[in-house]
Amino acid sequence: MHMSLSGGTGIWWRWGRLLMCGLAVVYVIAPLIIVVILSFSSAPFLTFPPPGLSLQWYESLFGNPVWYGSLLTSIKILVPTAILATAIGTAAAFGMSRSEFRGKSIIAGLIMSPIIVPVIITAVGMFGAFRSLGLFGTLAGLIAAHTVLTVPFVFATVSGALSVIDQRLEGAAATLGATPWVSFRRVTLPLILPGILSGLLFAVVISFDELVVSMFISTPAVRPITVQMWSNVRGAVDPTIAAVASILLLFCLSALVAQFMIDRGGDRRVDR
Amino acid sequence: MKNTTDGCKKPTLSHSSPLVLKDIRKTYGEIVAVDRVNLELREGEFLTFLGPSGSGKTTTLAMVAGLQNPSSGSIYLNGEPLDPLPPYRRNIGMVFQHYALFPHMTVAGNVAFPLEMRKLPRSEVRKRVDEALELVGLPEMAKRFPAELSGGQQQRVALARAIVFKPPLLLMDEPLGALDRKLREQMQLEITRLHRELKTSILYVTHDQEEALVMSDRIAVFNKGLIEQIGSAHELYEKPMTKFVAGFLGDSNFFGATVREVRGDCCLLDSQNGPLRASNTSRLKAGDKAVVAVRPERISFFANGHNGVAHNTLKGRVTDIIYLGQSSKYVLKMPDGTEIRALQQAQTEGGHKIALGDEVSVMWHETQANALAEKQRD
Repeated sequence: MHMSLSGGTGIWWRWGRLLMCGLAVVYVIAPLIIVVILSFSSAPFLTFPPPGLSLQWYESLFGNPVWYGSLLTSIKILVPTAILATAIGTAAAFGMSRSEFRGKSIIAGLIMSPIIVPVIITAVGMFGAFRSLGLFGTLAGLIAAHTVLTVPFVFATVSGALSVIDQRLEGAAATLGATPWVSFRRVTLPLILPGILSGLLFAVVISFDELVVSMFISTPAVRPITVQMWSNVRGAVDPTIAAVASILLLFCLSALVAQFMIDRGGDRRVDR
Repeated sequence: MKNTTDGCKKPTLSHSSPLVLKDIRKTYGEIVAVDRVNLELREGEFLTFLGPSGSGKTTTLAMVAGLQNPSSGSIYLNGEPLDPLPPYRRNIGMVFQHYALFPHMTVAGNVAFPLEMRKLPRSEVRKRVDEALELVGLPEMAKRFPAELSGGQQQRVALARAIVFKPPLLLMDEPLGALDRKLREQMQLEITRLHRELKTSILYVTHDQEEALVMSDRIAVFNKGLIEQIGSAHELYEKPMTKFVAGFLGDSNFFGATVREVRGDCCLLDSQNGPLRASNTSRLKAGDKAVVAVRPERISFFANGHNGVAHNTLKGRVTDIIYLGQSSKYVLKMPDGTEIRALQQAQTEGGHKIALGDEVSVMWHETQANALAEKQRD
């Protein structure tokens, strides 16, 4: 009696849930799918559905130095940014988790502030500061700005990883003859590596995707791809931008898959 | 310091002389974790730190390992001061309460770790890892990860990892605390066997008095950051020097009294319950305030009437009888309200059975009672 009743509602629930989830997924990813389709359009402007298919916009992207130049600029920014942010964020997280001092939570708050403070405020601040420091419109300036914006993500993921591992492991390593550095390298680092890699991926994706701050501190000479897209939309819109967006999408999807693999790798040893 | 000559004469270099703790003190701001600990470990000895939680035993162990620094005092291993050495230069094995195995390394990887730190050649590492796993009875688990083992197996791995580099001293911090009773008893015997085979000196921390009695050569009873008494299980049980030891290790009845006269090893005391006689364990003088401690199993009943002795004889009413199988525990209430616990072996009294509410007389022999100084620390 009870079983059949709950079974009846169960079926309704299951279909209802599937429908809701399906709608949500379509709602979220529909624009992405449309962009990908548009990037293969044969029409010279953004219309949907496209009248035919072609690869001309990908040709335009890799044939036009303005486009591939800015793509290259983005990569020149994101690689050093990711390395710097990962190193700084990891060191900060490790230092904070292994020491106890007054105002520790304030420091942690300050490290996290770039993702709490509205980006536009950071952007205006950097605009002012970089002009007087001579960093305005330079690759170094963009790398510095992106590093500030991405350190909090590394800090957060690595702090999370550190909070889960048993601190006594380092004590145990010490009694077994490991110097603090060896203990970090052989014990702590492998255990927090998934957190570090997650942070690194965050840094890469966020740097690649960053628009607001870059807009404020870049010039046409040093212009990352997002800023180039933005100025393209405001001028003559052609489907090259859809091709660029598709490449960005592909890039982020790879990052997601990588993240998933990292999580899987970590799970095997930690819980069972 | 001392006893490099007495005891077993093993010429092995690492076993040449004992661990010495001199006036070790550890404070955290206002809080005194370890007040003043003095200790000399003997050659190849199994010494247990026994005490309630917060008594300073684990902190003392951590200071020997170098995981904590004493606020004052010194530690010597083989006559050399340990204090300037960081933990990774001390060459002391340690087994932690929750194993502290490296989760990302296999069992073999964990056990090999201290050998790799010592830069031993690969073949030697493999040989020693195999030996150590053999010794703790886990030779077939080498390729497993710690998470794939049971608690008891993990503790064996932790043990193997701590002994594989043949440290002259092994520290164990409540290593069996997380195991269930049956496994714990089995591991106690195994650790005792390992101690016999390896001849390493062991400092063992526990709050379980039974564990301490089973395993130790000597026991140091910790209370409030101090060692109350150190001695063999037998000494601590028969001749406790303080009220805390008499109450913590086994059970004791306590009677407040004042010393009237000292006669050799014995002293005569006056108490609310009449005259008492006891061993003068605390070296008391006439007029001193004292506590007389008597073990429940040393108290015997005698049929109503007179036994001809005026001292150590009390009358009371039976208020509780607890049947324990081999023996029974009786709770008696004295006229002045104090309670006495007495333990009697089954079928000792021929036919005569003590029932609830009976008026009974009890007594004990003066050598079975200890007169202790009434000093109470806070």
